[in-house]
Amino acid sequence: MSGAVVTGARAGLVSCETCKLLTRPVNAEHAGHCPRCGATLEVRRVQSLQRTWALIIAAAICYIPANLLPVMVSNTFATSDAETIMGGVVYLYSSGSWPLALIVLVASVMVPLGKLLALGYLLVSVQRGMAGSHHERARLFRIVVFIGRWSMLDVFVATFTVALVQLQPLMSVLPGAGVLFFAAVVVLTMLAAETFDPRLLWDSATDMEKQDG
Amino acid sequence: MSDAARSSQPLMACQECDLLQRIPVLPVGGRARCARCGFVLAARPRDPLELPLVLTLTALIVFVVANAMPLMDLSAVGRYASTTILGGARQMWLDGERITAMIVVFCAVIAPALYLLMMLAVLLAARRPPLPHWSGELLRWGLHMQPWAMYDVMLLGILVALIKIAQLATVDPGVGLFAMGLLALLLPAISVTFDAREVWKRVEWKHGDDLAAAFADGNYEERGR
Repeated sequence: MSGAVVTGARAGLVSCETCKLLTRPVNAEHAGHCPRCGATLEVRRVQSLQRTWALIIAAAICYIPANLLPVMVSNTFATSDAETIMGGVVYLYSSGSWPLALIVLVASVMVPLGKLLALGYLLVSVQRGMAGSHHERARLFRIVVFIGRWSMLDVFVATFTVALVQLQPLMSVLPGAGVLFFAAVVVLTMLAAETFDPRLLWDSATDMEKQDG
Repeated sequence: MSDAARSSQPLMACQECDLLQRIPVLPVGGRARCARCGFVLAARPRDPLELPLVLTLTALIVFVVANAMPLMDLSAVGRYASTTILGGARQMWLDGERITAMIVVFCAVIAPALYLLMMLAVLLAARRPPLPHWSGELLRWGLHMQPWAMYDVMLLGILVALIKIAQLATVDPGVGLFAMGLLALLLPAISVTFDAREVWKRVEWKHGDDLAAAFADGNYEERGR
């Protein structure tokens, strides 16, 4: 095979994101629909950068109350304990199950923050036309997509703790306001990863190749 | 493979970096990665339609069990409680966290149910080609549902909840929990054994057979819509 880098966009071809059929649209701006499966055809996802920015900014705003507000409130007839996400990690650690404390710390605190920073970095790198480290950035994007769903962990922990511990008046657990914001962070960052078009990362590599050739 | 044999294969653009390349005929169990970014462009499972169909049917039965049976039982000082997946979401709803309850129901019940039912319809239709074009639409939506079906995450979440509660009361895992564990294995197994290309090869084109015939000639690069 020849060494020249030819992308679909350069060749005037659009790949259907659903069924991968390659077609040559008459007008690349309005590529229409895939003749095979009917999905909307786009050379690059429409307004990918703007939409991804909007979603991660919304997620970053929700991240603050998600961590400050309690996710669970435990009531016994004498006491009432509000527990934030970090509080839950500390509780698991102090009760001796440090592996679980680590899992929750990674899934609930580090992964959402890491996703926001990683997507922000990828967006800036595309907007500045950053050349180089394409493989590293592609890998970063794949990691973001892969780990995204695992942050939902704490939402499920809260749901099933609340559902099970209903022994009124002895002991009961209520959900806190933080759980909604936390779920919002997870959903918004998952949507942001779906809106981001990884092909944008490689367009600068394609341009470099063109100059060299 | 000779250049002549390779060039008879359809051209494809990598969905992550848009590089144009031809995928050689893969051996069973083989995978093709993008020459530039390493994304897995195609894989050829042993039995791309029958095995996923069997797994999907199994998963649907297990899905019913996972939703109908209690996940766990709790007992403390003579009191007793148990919960199901929907029971968990219901309690969230009753406690005022309605949006969270809906997100939980979506990830635990709706997304996996839609995914399994759409896969079932597509795989059954695939037994009698050509597939009607609506099966393409179903497959598209089914694949969108996939990342939102979160049994693996939920299982870990329940484990954490169990360990937290175990300090306060006696907790026993129920049948539903084992069914959920089985689903956490079955859902990825379906996607690994399934090859969407086999469906797209057999699907009836939305915009007519004459167009499909033109593309099948292999000179589709030169044709517009």
